[in-house]
Amino acid sequence: MAEGLMIGLVVFTLATFIGFEVINKIPPTLHTPLMSGSNAISGIAIVGAILVAGDRNWHLTTILGLVGVVLATINVVGGFWVTDRMLQMFKKKEA
Amino acid sequence: MQEFVPSLIELSYLVAAVLFIVGLKKLGSPATARNGNRIAAVGMLIAIVATLLHQNVLNYEMILVAIAIGSAIGALMANRVEMTAMPQMVGLLNGFGGAASALVAVGEFWRYITSTTEVPLSETVTIVLSVLIGGVTFTGSLLAFVKLEGWISGSPITFPLQQPVNLTLLGTFLVASGFLIIDPHQPFVFLGLIGIALILGVLFVLPIGGADTPVVISLLNSFSGLAASAAGFVLMNNMLIIAGALVGASGIILTEIMCKAMNRSLANVLFSAFGAAQTMTSEGGSGITGDRTLRQIDTEEGAMMLGYAKSVVIVPGYGMAVAQAQHAVRELADQLERLGVEVRYAIHPVAGRMPGHMNVLLAEANVPYPKLYDMDDINPEFDRTDVALVIGANDVVNPAARHDRNSPIYGMPILEVDRAHHTIVIKRGMNAGFSGVENELFFKDKTMMLFGSAKPVIEQLVSAVKEF
Repeated sequence: MAEGLMIGLVVFTLATFIGFEVINKIPPTLHTPLMSGSNAISGIAIVGAILVAGDRNWHLTTILGLVGVVLATINVVGGFWVTDRMLQMFKKKEA
Repeated sequence: MQEFVPSLIELSYLVAAVLFIVGLKKLGSPATARNGNRIAAVGMLIAIVATLLHQNVLNYEMILVAIAIGSAIGALMANRVEMTAMPQMVGLLNGFGGAASALVAVGEFWRYITSTTEVPLSETVTIVLSVLIGGVTFTGSLLAFVKLEGWISGSPITFPLQQPVNLTLLGTFLVASGFLIIDPHQPFVFLGLIGIALILGVLFVLPIGGADTPVVISLLNSFSGLAASAAGFVLMNNMLIIAGALVGASGIILTEIMCKAMNRSLANVLFSAFGAAQTMTSEGGSGITGDRTLRQIDTEEGAMMLGYAKSVVIVPGYGMAVAQAQHAVRELADQLERLGVEVRYAIHPVAGRMPGHMNVLLAEANVPYPKLYDMDDINPEFDRTDVALVIGANDVVNPAARHDRNSPIYGMPILEVDRAHHTIVIKRGMNAGFSGVENELFFKDKTMMLFGSAKPVIEQLVSAVKEF
């Protein structure tokens, strides 16, 4: 288990650095779409919620998992959708 | 076949992670951003489908129902929301993400203590961490949402002994976590931990004022990512860890940019209840209002100045967005351009209620994005600008930030509109800005005040300019 934790920490640290590198170059114009888009990515908790809700037997864990799936799905769908809505407005020339 | 499925799932996660990174990278340029967002969405879809293949996931029907419900609500929200309300929307979504992550941890905890298996130490630690971050993100975001919606006052709310109370709660949390780590089979201690995390979220956002909302939203965005990462540690799932870390990093960067734009440290934003206390110092301190004169003009004169200018820089603030004047502003720009005036927009990093908010609002009004200039690019241009038109912005154009050491906003980077040949300020009244500071720009010789609500004033300017 402790070994798994170490691997997790390595992955986490490297991913954080990638995040810093990739996002540092994003111009202020796009900060709001970046935020709502990355917000949708944090809805990745849906994967965890599905795993927790996976058991066929009904008990508290399953219920908590299902509530988590609903909330995370709102986060994912709402986030990506609203970002798309915003980005379609960014035009170089007036229509 | 059964042996391949786990590797297939892991591979799909890897693909999804790569798509997230590529998507975020493409979000970096207006031309590719829309594709970037879609690429990230495809990554998410792959991750979800792969997870449904997992051998422990048997409860398909209910999960699909839950996904359908969530999708319907999410789509409805995304379609309905006004662009001015984007900070609320992002705030609410942050909260849902945080709550989902916390629920994952709570569910795992319950599974452990109801089964006979020993709870590993690392598991308890990550579960507690996950509940803390997720819980704080959840209630903090909800409170930020309520504040932004105007259901409760946006001004900082403070009470005596606030910091000691917070510290005591945090201390209690740590001690209780210690108990839980020694013996995980204590559901009530765990419930207590959840309660404290939720209360801490509220107490964390309560003292933060309206002007600092961009910082809070960015920080909560980062938290929602970290919460997902923490849940990833609970489940030992790399997908959650990676995606959460990416979002955590992006939120931190935005938080830092926002703090820099206000020349304040993060600690100062979080703990100083800015905007409540300073009002009194500025009133008591300098007492500016009495002896100085304002130069007031009407829309006819304003239209003359704008129409005969060679170059105009428009400085929109949140006041413009509140008045829903962005379409009128763009019409004014069209009319001026018809007369051969060069029109540009200067966007301060903290204009609006979240990072980049003003850009979205202007994009909605069909303003082409190459005409929007960042602070660093436009400031050298003000010397050569005939008229700077300030609409509903205040603190971000206050020259006191450059020279008045006693001013609470001293050192904050500003848009240097006072360097333009003339400045026209459209403003509802003489109220101070978010920071509660009087603005000396209004009393300068080159500054003309045009009082009134942004939308009708600009509409009058448009019709006056049309006559040219």
